[in-house]
Amino acid sequence: MNSSAETVLSIENVSVHFGGLIAIDGMTFDVRSGEIVGLIGPNGAGKTTAFNVITGFLRPTGGEVRYRGVPLNGLKPHEIAQLGLVRTFQRTSVFQERTVFQNVLTGLHRSGRSNLWDMLLRTRREKESERELVETAQDLLRFVGLEQRASEQAGVLPYGEQRLMGVALALAVKPSMLLLDEPVSGMNPAETARFVKLVEKIHHSGVTILLVEHDMPMVMEVCDRIVVLNYGRIIAEGTPSEIQNNPEVIRAYLGQGKKRA
Amino acid sequence: MSRFLPWLLVVLLASVPFWMTDYYVLHIMITTCIFIIAAMSLNLLLGYTGQLSLGHVAFFGIGAYTSALLSLGFQVNVFNVPFGVTPKPVWFAMLMAVIVAGFTGWAIGKLAFRVRGAYFVIVSISFAEVVRMVAVNWVELTQGPMALNNIPALTLGTGEFELSFLRKPSFYSLALAVAVISYIIIARIVNSRAGRAMNALRENESLAMSVGIDVTRYLVIATIVSAAMAGMAGALYTHYIRIVDPDVFLFIYTVTMVIMVITGGKGTLAGPIVGGVIFGFVPEALRAMAIKPEIQWIIYGVLMILIVYFLPRGIVPAIERFWAGQKPGDDEAARSVPGALQK
Repeated sequence: MNSSAETVLSIENVSVHFGGLIAIDGMTFDVRSGEIVGLIGPNGAGKTTAFNVITGFLRPTGGEVRYRGVPLNGLKPHEIAQLGLVRTFQRTSVFQERTVFQNVLTGLHRSGRSNLWDMLLRTRREKESERELVETAQDLLRFVGLEQRASEQAGVLPYGEQRLMGVALALAVKPSMLLLDEPVSGMNPAETARFVKLVEKIHHSGVTILLVEHDMPMVMEVCDRIVVLNYGRIIAEGTPSEIQNNPEVIRAYLGQGKKRA
Repeated sequence: MSRFLPWLLVVLLASVPFWMTDYYVLHIMITTCIFIIAAMSLNLLLGYTGQLSLGHVAFFGIGAYTSALLSLGFQVNVFNVPFGVTPKPVWFAMLMAVIVAGFTGWAIGKLAFRVRGAYFVIVSISFAEVVRMVAVNWVELTQGPMALNNIPALTLGTGEFELSFLRKPSFYSLALAVAVISYIIIARIVNSRAGRAMNALRENESLAMSVGIDVTRYLVIATIVSAAMAGMAGALYTHYIRIVDPDVFLFIYTVTMVIMVITGGKGTLAGPIVGGVIFGFVPEALRAMAIKPEIQWIIYGVLMILIVYFLPRGIVPAIERFWAGQKPGDDEAARSVPGALQK
């Protein structure tokens, strides 16, 4: 979209080896401020591995990840989250036994201003901090459209709503960049459409987005730019229309034989 | 109404020394109270952060020995360098017991939380055994199996205003006060931001980290508070029984605490109290009924199995669900997972 915008996330020559298996091989790409970038590729291409490296859940064998100029190598996941680079997870990513509201409150952990003594002595600061968190949590639930579900147990929500819950949790950290790992997999078209609206709303509020997804229509619809991984290597990068017509991408997805849907 | 119920209960319990003349019953209430404090401290770790510490009695024992040794004074040679401590006031010794136990908790937390789950269980058991072996073998310091005797009772103030916790009614009040304070500390922690962080790391550690929660920090906080509280229970025990030997480190005491927490309901505030009352009083009640010891233990064991089988999440959650209008027993999902190691 805006190619002059500054680079926020840069992945330089990152490799991940699991013993003899090469999960990612010399991956290099950038995400610029305000973009929505899609990271796609067949199963086992290394997309989730890339996410795990970026967010500190996995140490790369080589290479460097930088976020807003800060090298992320060696930082722990919570430290990276505190920098504003926040992820969601594949499948269920909620605290299942808690209510929806408690989930968001938990996600707002970093916004709390009280220390341990405040908590033990129930100081005014503790009470004020908690009241603020409750208000913010209500706002967030309204933002993702889960306010009707606030008092329900998160683990029993329908699948699509659990995904919204996961996004609300990530938003609670006040991210400047959001990494969504297969956010619409397993959703029906109506849920996907609702989710796409949410992603656009988040994007409009100024959050840069990197997403891994298999749902190609969804990826083509929302992304400004797409990076294609296969066998741990980047095989293509470009706008949705460029990617759709890239022969190497078609080969990676469909093989060299006859086209199958 | 339900807001005042706990305080009503506290007032009722506090009034016990004024009308209970049977010192045997009072004795059982004191030991039960001490065990409940230890069980509450274990619950913070097991119930809220989800870490099963099977060496929890180590903190209890360290508190007991620290307080005993400081109040008695000791003289040892460390690498041929004599090192001695003159007898200290009991309140100071007890305070140090809490600090030393808390510090041990910090060290174990740092060390052991690099290894989680089953490995943490093993590290915690080993730790308790090591401390017990030290207590048995470092005779110069601990008198080994000969035990530390004549441990002074707690007295506060001097002269006319002296308050002695030597006799059972006064000691009971002390133990109750410590239990109430411990309860409030735990309640405030678990109902705060810190408590939500602990819950988060128990339920889904990766997700907790992804929302910026420093899980190690909260595990360490939980271990320190838990260990310090267990140390306080140990210090109370020392100055009540007034004799301490390496048996305070026995594995069976950890098991008793775990049983209290699991049957009462781990991760609930009232759980360890309910479990503690049941398993503190049942053995004594059975003994009072003059049932043979072997039968007593069979009843004890069967009771425990029945509770765990029919109420896998414990008594308190079952009652809560019953009040919420659901059947307490229909919880197949919870039953299929062994309670103690459930993540």
